[in-house]
Amino acid sequence: MAEENVPVLETKSLGIQFGGLKAVNDVNIEIYKGELIGLIGPNGAGKTTIFNLITGIYAPTTGSYMLCGKRMNGLKTHQVVDEGIARTFQNIRLFKKMTVLDNVKVAFNKNMKANLFQSIIRTPYFWKEEEETTQKAMELLKLFNLEGFADQYAENLPYGKQRLLEIARALATDMKLLLLDEPAAGMNPVETAELKESIKMLREKFGIPILLIEHDMSLVMSICERIYVLNFGEILASGTPEEIAANKDVIEAYLGKEDEDEGGDD
Amino acid sequence: MPKIMKKKYLINIIAVAVVFLILCLLFDTGLLGRKAAYFNGLVTIGMFYTIIVCSLNLLTGYMGEFSLGHAGFMSIGAYASAIATTIISDHVQLSSIALYLIAIIIGGLAAAIIGVLVGIPALRLSGDYLCIVTVAVAEIVRVVLSNVGIKPITGNATFGKSFAGIARVSDYHYVYITMVICIAIMYCYIRSRYGRALISIREDRIAAAASGINVTRTKVLTFTISAAFAGVAGAIYAHYITTLVPTYFNFSKSSEFLAIVILGGSGSMTGSIIAAPILSALPQLISYVFPDFASYRMLIYAVVLVVVMIFKPTGLFGGKEFSLPDLILDGKRKKKEKVS
Amino acid sequence: MTKLIQSLMYGLNLGSIYALTALGYTMVYGIIRMINFAHGDFIMVGGFTLFYTIPVMKNLGLPLWLAVIAAICVCVGVGVLTEQIAYKPVRGQGSTTALITALGMSLVLENGALVVFGSAPRNVPPMFSLPTIEIMGASIPGQTLLTLAIGVVVMIILSLFIKYTKLGKAMRAVPEDKVASTLVGINVNKIITITFAIGSGLAAIASMMYTTSYVSIKNELGITLGLKAFVAAVLGGIGSVAGAMVGGLLLGIVEILVKVYMLPGTYEAVTYLILIVVLLVRPTGLLGKAVSEKV
Repeated sequence: MAEENVPVLETKSLGIQFGGLKAVNDVNIEIYKGELIGLIGPNGAGKTTIFNLITGIYAPTTGSYMLCGKRMNGLKTHQVVDEGIARTFQNIRLFKKMTVLDNVKVAFNKNMKANLFQSIIRTPYFWKEEEETTQKAMELLKLFNLEGFADQYAENLPYGKQRLLEIARALATDMKLLLLDEPAAGMNPVETAELKESIKMLREKFGIPILLIEHDMSLVMSICERIYVLNFGEILASGTPEEIAANKDVIEAYLGKEDEDEGGDD
Repeated sequence: MPKIMKKKYLINIIAVAVVFLILCLLFDTGLLGRKAAYFNGLVTIGMFYTIIVCSLNLLTGYMGEFSLGHAGFMSIGAYASAIATTIISDHVQLSSIALYLIAIIIGGLAAAIIGVLVGIPALRLSGDYLCIVTVAVAEIVRVVLSNVGIKPITGNATFGKSFAGIARVSDYHYVYITMVICIAIMYCYIRSRYGRALISIREDRIAAAASGINVTRTKVLTFTISAAFAGVAGAIYAHYITTLVPTYFNFSKSSEFLAIVILGGSGSMTGSIIAAPILSALPQLISYVFPDFASYRMLIYAVVLVVVMIFKPTGLFGGKEFSLPDLILDGKRKKKEKVS
Repeated sequence: MTKLIQSLMYGLNLGSIYALTALGYTMVYGIIRMINFAHGDFIMVGGFTLFYTIPVMKNLGLPLWLAVIAAICVCVGVGVLTEQIAYKPVRGQGSTTALITALGMSLVLENGALVVFGSAPRNVPPMFSLPTIEIMGASIPGQTLLTLAIGVVVMIILSLFIKYTKLGKAMRAVPEDKVASTLVGINVNKIITITFAIGSGLAAIASMMYTTSYVSIKNELGITLGLKAFVAAVLGGIGSVAGAMVGGLLLGIVEILVKVYMLPGTYEAVTYLILIVVLLVRPTGLLGKAVSEKV
């Protein structure tokens, strides 16, 4: 059972500086198999920056991060995806002028084998692989009740469905760890409830660990097993939802100390 | 292959063959009389324009990047192929089809090689900066070609600079088939996993990378393919016109190609296929009637371009494709529905 | 040594032409993120204005510098009209549309000039007849020195204007943040128009400098000169006023030195090679600021 003890994701004093500013500093996060972990913190605390560090969009200036024990520093974004980290974005980044189906099929690309020659000559293998990929993509779309929209442009989807499509696209990369960046942002309560169901379904069906950035506290508190709280780029606290809810530092970070202006301390 | 695709391919092949037969009928039977050679030339020009405009559309419409240096890649193809065929014809007697094939292969390869060499460093840039690099590359090529002549070890000819006496082997039969193959390759490229990756990069580079797409490799590959076809067009041009002048391949030429892409509709192969022959041949046809027209040609282009940008920035076809098979098959289906 | 001094002076002269032109590119790019391809053609327009107005001034017995005023008026007119007719309607349509529109306007001016003036090069009559001056053994034409001086003075005035006047401050504020500029009461549209007017005016002065030194003009002048001036703007860091000046002067000197000492025929290739290297190594140019995308 030694393998069970290797965290899926482990960051070791991960940090990045922009100019002189330490946007993220000395962050240690561990995620184990099957866990659903929340990452919360005030606006500008550096949550998305951590995602960008883990997915190779920014290069960390200090520390390192490991996926299943494998050091990931220096990998480019698409290589990170190859290794098995998939993500969604805070400000939805779909391929707007592509169909819903193609949005998902793009993410299957890394596992497709038809080479340039086969694709242009259109060998039987090319058609077979296209057919299989379409089927796999449709199955994923069905999980999120999106199959009826398959032929529409992604930009024409309702907002909540766009969020779900982003998750479906991330799942298509066949990952070991899923990062969700504020999936409930801008959703109405009905859509949030639907999202909650989807996340539950993901865990039951795929058993993949998820790191979730979210502002919707009730959502985080109700579904996450552990929570990390980030403030000014550093981990302020971590623990179960109950521990976090009772933590004085956390409450201060969110509401500000009584004798100071909001977010005033450095 | 799905059955419907077989049907579609069949219809397309028939359509391509029909156009070919019409061209043969016009030019090979003496139907046009003495004017045949003139119109034949217009069609040939229209066809290599179509190849280069489609190749540029690959970048503009599907990768979402601009090249204002495609005349440069064209000139590389033109000069490389012309040098190759001139040297070869000095030594061996080859049939025109063999020379033609050598020309387009050498032209395409030479431009592809320069395309990779430029693309690998340059495609780290995007948008305006990449556009400017393509201008710079084309200008470097033009300046070098204008000033540097290459003397082969054997023979007296100097290549580079202005360069005459190229074998005239770009027969319109060959050029037509070449054009069809080039368009088919580009079309299949776009409608494959490569094309899907490419379009995803156009839509959102970061999300594409986060979906596992190797952005740099996809862009370099596409840039190279585009350059290669520009080179093929250059080879056809060289072996049609038989005299190369470096100044032909200047910034204005590159702008003209881009203008045609945009007017036809960026992201629509159909748009390019329709716009390229019309916009390359129409001015010539008009100047056939009104000799003064030649100097107005580019001015009218330019005014139309600006007006189109203001009122319909997506161009004639606006990213949509026209499909003959769809038209026919849909028509049939509708008929059936009516009957039943 | 004399050859070097001579080359440096010519380089500075060419460089200040580039610099004045590059300013037009950089100010417009800074404010609306668009490569105004037509800017080079404004110089061509200025050149033809001089070609036609200098003889008129001579015949009327008026001072020849009035021809420069005429050129400035015509260039500003063309510049502002271009902005109002073509660029304003496509603003907010995305960078693709802006780029193509600018390219289109450049082609309109270039080919419009072809229709109106023909394709033969024209020689602009000299405006000044100044003696050749000896500097440390090198003989420099007087007009080269004069235009160089004018170029430098114009750049200093522009720098002071941008730094200290209210309008200049507004011009600096708009590229930083359009929305905030509107909130503090700056009329962004007006600033954009003024930027075009100033850029076009500088182009007119550049055309005066160009014709004094190089005499011959034709309809394609805008492309050749414009492209290189744009290179200078990128070299210095596009969007940076100081960068355009530094980039322009540097490019002029390098170009002349390469031409005189290394590659007389293919010196232009070196210019573009420098551009490529700069863009690859430091895309923001010498003095430009990096703009990063928010993820």
